[in-house]
Amino acid sequence: MIKLLTLSALAALGSASLAHAAPNADPALADRGAYVAKLGDCVACHTGPSNQPFAGGRAVPSPFGDIYSSNITSDPKFGIGDYSLDEFSRAVREGVRKDGARLYPAMPYPSYANISDDDIKALYSFFLNRVAAVPKQAPETKLVWPFSMRWGVGLWDWAFGPDGVTPNAVATDAVARGKYLVEGLGHCGSCHTPRGFAFQEKAYHGDDPLFLSGGEIDHWPTPSLRAGGSGPGLPSWTQEEIAQFLATGRNAHGAVTGEMKLVIEHSTALLTDEDNLAIAAYLKSLPASKAPRPTPASDATQRLTAAKVDPNSGERLFLDNCSACHFVDGKGAPPAFPPLANNTLVNADDPAGMIHVILAGSRLPSTPYAPSDLAMPNFDWRLSDDEVANLATFVRSAWGNQAPAVKPDQVSKVRERVVKENREPSAGPIFTDP
Amino acid sequence: MARTEKPVDIVLIGLGWTNSIIGMELADTGLTMVALERGENRDTVPDFAYPRMIDELTYGVRYKLMLPPAQNTVTMRHDPSGTALPYRSLGSFLPGIGVGGAGVHWNGHTWRPEEVEMRLKSYVTETFGAKTIPEGMAIQDYPVSYDELEPYFDQFEKMAGISGKAGNINGQIQPGGNPFEGPRSSEYPNPPLKGTYNCRLFEKAASEMGFHPFPLPAANASQAYTNPYGMTLGPCNYCGFCERFGCINYSKSSPQTCILPALKKKSNFSIRTKCEVIRIDLDKDKTRATGVTYVDEHGEEVFQPADLVISGAYSYHNVRLLMLSGIGEIYDPAKKTGTLGRNYAYQMTGGYSLFFKDKTFNPFVGTGSNAVSMMDYGVGQIDFGKEGFIGGSIITSAQYNGQPIRSLDLPAGSPAWGSGWKKAAHEWYGHSMSIASHGSNMSYDTCYFDLDPTYTDAYGQPLLRMTFDWKPNDIRMTQFMKAKIEPIAKSLSPDSLKASFKTENSHYDLRPYQTTHNVGGAIMGADPKTSVLNRYLQTWDVHNVFVMGASAFPQNLQFNPTGLVGALTYWAARAIREDYLKDPRPLVQA
Repeated sequence: MIKLLTLSALAALGSASLAHAAPNADPALADRGAYVAKLGDCVACHTGPSNQPFAGGRAVPSPFGDIYSSNITSDPKFGIGDYSLDEFSRAVREGVRKDGARLYPAMPYPSYANISDDDIKALYSFFLNRVAAVPKQAPETKLVWPFSMRWGVGLWDWAFGPDGVTPNAVATDAVARGKYLVEGLGHCGSCHTPRGFAFQEKAYHGDDPLFLSGGEIDHWPTPSLRAGGSGPGLPSWTQEEIAQFLATGRNAHGAVTGEMKLVIEHSTALLTDEDNLAIAAYLKSLPASKAPRPTPASDATQRLTAAKVDPNSGERLFLDNCSACHFVDGKGAPPAFPPLANNTLVNADDPAGMIHVILAGSRLPSTPYAPSDLAMPNFDWRLSDDEVANLATFVRSAWGNQAPAVKPDQVSKVRERVVKENREPSAGPIFTDP
Repeated sequence: MARTEKPVDIVLIGLGWTNSIIGMELADTGLTMVALERGENRDTVPDFAYPRMIDELTYGVRYKLMLPPAQNTVTMRHDPSGTALPYRSLGSFLPGIGVGGAGVHWNGHTWRPEEVEMRLKSYVTETFGAKTIPEGMAIQDYPVSYDELEPYFDQFEKMAGISGKAGNINGQIQPGGNPFEGPRSSEYPNPPLKGTYNCRLFEKAASEMGFHPFPLPAANASQAYTNPYGMTLGPCNYCGFCERFGCINYSKSSPQTCILPALKKKSNFSIRTKCEVIRIDLDKDKTRATGVTYVDEHGEEVFQPADLVISGAYSYHNVRLLMLSGIGEIYDPAKKTGTLGRNYAYQMTGGYSLFFKDKTFNPFVGTGSNAVSMMDYGVGQIDFGKEGFIGGSIITSAQYNGQPIRSLDLPAGSPAWGSGWKKAAHEWYGHSMSIASHGSNMSYDTCYFDLDPTYTDAYGQPLLRMTFDWKPNDIRMTQFMKAKIEPIAKSLSPDSLKASFKTENSHYDLRPYQTTHNVGGAIMGADPKTSVLNRYLQTWDVHNVFVMGASAFPQNLQFNPTGLVGALTYWAARAIREDYLKDPRPLVQA
């Protein structure tokens, strides 16, 4: 009960101070809100297949069924145009709709709880003044019982919600600013913190070693973002390299894949360098979740360049399909072609993400600093489940990589999803008239 | 009645190298731009994706990335008295189609002209006397100098990430580079590619004979490279599928790899594909363009109003479009009137194949620009008075690819088919190298374009008619090169040599591949009486029409044209952006 009271009390305090903010008041406020919306990456989830920004309808998968994002345009009937600032604040920071119903925690309000009053005001001003109304109902979320009962989410909040909130939007210290962004608007934990039996994030703050220690989103493994100390993965990235990755989706260690592409495209690539450096500074302040391990010796390069390569081996598949870009030393050619050696996706315990990239290909987002949307083509039409398993097993053990072998049935499961997604993995952005 | 589109500030005809550059260089003006491209949109993935692009028959032989002659072709004759006929298969030049244009399928040789080539007529007259220029030769100076263009060559090379070795930086000769090149303001943005065995053999032989070999400047990135637009190229893997192919590896410089994704981010720029421009529309006085008319993918005729028209179509398609639009007067060699269509030129090439029983070249390793060249017999290095011709060549040993259909060179006398051919192929594949000349081609009164009186395209508009043949001056030039290459080839002691050079009996044939560089027809110059465009590539007659591309060359260089095309485009873009748009008018007073 203490948790719930704390939240309510803060909400009450908030009401007092926020009640007087009005839309249309200040263009600079709405401008700042536009930036806060980027920090929060609202557009990624609240834009559906119809491609109307903020009109909702994107399915956010959960173990209990798809949760559809809502229309948060300024439309008074179907969007949030008739929300007061307090109502808006309650929805964003507490997960309670205007009509009192609970939002599902696919909406990262447990993270957003830390958003400062100033940022909430700005965000509110942005949505009401700058986001054109889309008079369209977003699809209704229908989860399996008992999750179909939204009131149950209140209990969930009580049990699993974060402890307290510490608004610190104007922190001058980079680590503090990074903490505010990562734990709050950035809601990095939504994907990068492991979830418990009730789909709750197991931690919301950096002092808990489970926070950002790696998780899963839509069948993709997500790496640990705890970048302090040493060892493989993010601890081997410098602060600048982390910021570069956030700004461009690529750096000396890898290239973005999976859901993170949307985060980069719509959020982090549009942030100030200071904010990306602050995020990186904070991540570097979190002790690594795994102890460093010795890098095993590897003769993969020698095997690949040997005169004789077994025609049915993973080595042969690598030479015929991968080495033109990723090279026989697995080092690739960043920032064009990502290295596979010490690559977080390659070394994930769960090979699903890597298999997905092999089957469906992957395209980098085009960002202001790095407009090249370089793409790896799809190999699903060319490689069988056995071949992908063979190839992935080789790559996951080559050049110092250490990850479990891949079995053909793991490939076939990803293949089913790739077929189902029915995306054009390789189609680039199309040109449109202005 | 044509449908009318919403007006734009600038309409771009075609979206290859030139208009991709124009789009990028004008984007920050905030003016609305639409590019009309008659082909499809194309991107590295999926259109050039590994491994499907690695298909010699589809792309190398059947020209899947080229403009099909069934859609548009030229008619051809050798002299003004002949009857031209339309060609249903091209080989001598390969116009591209689709987004990226010929910038998708080029080999990537990226040269700057020699300084004297930019002022050829003056140079010849001053150095060897006006009488050196034979009757009927129509060479002219460019109205812009090498020095004026230097910053724009530099800009193009940095954008395209050219791999090479400078020979002259600010007047200082650099070891390993081309000592005869004009001064450069900086080194190439990427180091040279690694050369193959033939390159090393040629380099050694040429050096030992006192020549100055250097790596050919290549539009294949030798390492990961990010250009000033933020675009990233990946290192070339020497797969050898460059010319006629889209690069699988983001390594060959093209609009796709160097510009378009950055351009797509500009909200004032847009493109419509499968839209073929059929004319530039003019006002009543024919002094101002009002826009362009195109046929969209549904066959509907559309008028696109625009304040500024920039034609960046393939070289001779620019010329035809001006003719169909009534911009400028079509050249008539008999009456000596008109300038539009004048000074068409091609390129003079020749070569030796060297066959070695005991040397193995691995032809699977190559790039479109994997070569060592020398310019000791370039335009500026030859005494025209003594040798009796005007022109010059670069001499190159290259290994582009090992594709079996087109790159299986056999010794002279080998059977062309059957078991004898198979035996020869088995014996000689991978055992030959070449030393070739790639040379200038002068312009002449009787080499030109006009509109064909008989043959029309699908829209009922006349085809372009080409009148062209080899002239004695250029034959003498190539025979000179033959004599110079032979001792170099023989110094390598091949088991046999095979020569292929034009002779006085040769007539131009546009079916076999030679090199693909058509120039002229809408040439730039200092005087509207002898040119179509002024020094900023603006048409003399209609000031809001600019024309990019090699159609502006008054005669052909000894080089592949793209380096100069790129520099002229940047040069014109700057003039448009910083001068014309502020006060639209003729930028040069006639």
